[in-house]
Amino acid sequence: MLKNYLRLFLTFARIGGFTFGGGYAMLPLLQREVVEKYGWTTEEELMDYYAVGQCTPGVIAVNVATFIGKKLYGIPGGIIATLGVVAPSVIIITLIAALISNFFENEYVIHALGGIRAVVCALIAQAVIKMTKTGVKDWVGAVIFVATLAVLLVFSISPIIVVACAIALGLIIEAAKGHAAKKGAQK
Amino acid sequence: MLTTLLHLIWEFFKTGLFAIGGGLATVPFIYDIAERYDWLDIAVIPDMIAVGESTPGPIGINIATYAGYNAAGVPGAIIATLALITPSIIVIMIVAKFLQKFAQNRFVTGSFYTLRPAVAALIASAAWQVFTASIINLGTFTAAPAFSSFLGMFDLPKLILALCVFLAGTFWKKIHPIVYIVLGAIVGIIFKM
Repeated sequence: MLKNYLRLFLTFARIGGFTFGGGYAMLPLLQREVVEKYGWTTEEELMDYYAVGQCTPGVIAVNVATFIGKKLYGIPGGIIATLGVVAPSVIIITLIAALISNFFENEYVIHALGGIRAVVCALIAQAVIKMTKTGVKDWVGAVIFVATLAVLLVFSISPIIVVACAIALGLIIEAAKGHAAKKGAQK
Repeated sequence: MLTTLLHLIWEFFKTGLFAIGGGLATVPFIYDIAERYDWLDIAVIPDMIAVGESTPGPIGINIATYAGYNAAGVPGAIIATLALITPSIIVIMIVAKFLQKFAQNRFVTGSFYTLRPAVAALIASAAWQVFTASIINLGTFTAAPAFSSFLGMFDLPKLILALCVFLAGTFWKKIHPIVYIVLGAIVGIIFKM
């Protein structure tokens, strides 16, 4: 058990330590480590965690880590995965704040970050393609995907509203199906 | 010192509980904290955000750690971070339990059926934002209908690096994303990106 906890902690520490640019930038690493390498969740579940993580309080990366840890080893798992994902931040930020006052004026740091940002673009693009393949299964999904993306690119609306609308739509479709089934049964 | 730590716990717990929608949602809360307490200097917040965005790890966590360190050193950094993540852990545990219980409910499965394409779109739009922020420079765009003006919009070395990684990742799926990130840093330094 202890070995499993340690593996969970180290996996999430590795993910946290190489995530540049917040929760979405974590996606390629999560797909690789959590879905492909260990099979701890499916791609669908990962999408659901992101959806819930968007509209629950707190940092998305933390919410997703808690979800996966909880799924694997219950409450201790949730706590361990979360501590893993934040551990590198705490160490790195403390070191920067304590030791290096002009860290971001350093020429090497600036250029390295420039290169990393370009790579992150490509990695997120690939993660998006994978997610779209998983999330868009039929024409209803395709319509929702295109419409949501169009709205998001034109207006800056909160992800919470997007999630709320999508859930509402799902509930309406389900209710309509139930209604239709009832009518069918009456005939 | 002790009162500062207690304030840190209280303030960052509240931030973790009410900042919905990711790391940058914590920023207004941090400004609010700086206005009310003297242990957090409002002038360092832009620095804090810059550091938070360009160091590894979730941005909200980085900002909380930095603020905590500024307020009360290493204990402050640890305590602010733990206080920020505590509400998340509690809320997610409850949500996870609820979802497990109702996983077979058709309204729950129905919600996720329409939610997944929307989440894919959310992530796609986030990818577009990352792309425009790091590779396209709309400021240099001129109305002149010339190809050079179109090309001038892009940070060409970064665009080429991104395309190479995209192609490489498509053909060699086995290479770990971390390898590309480390290579990106090296290439960035060599070509002064």
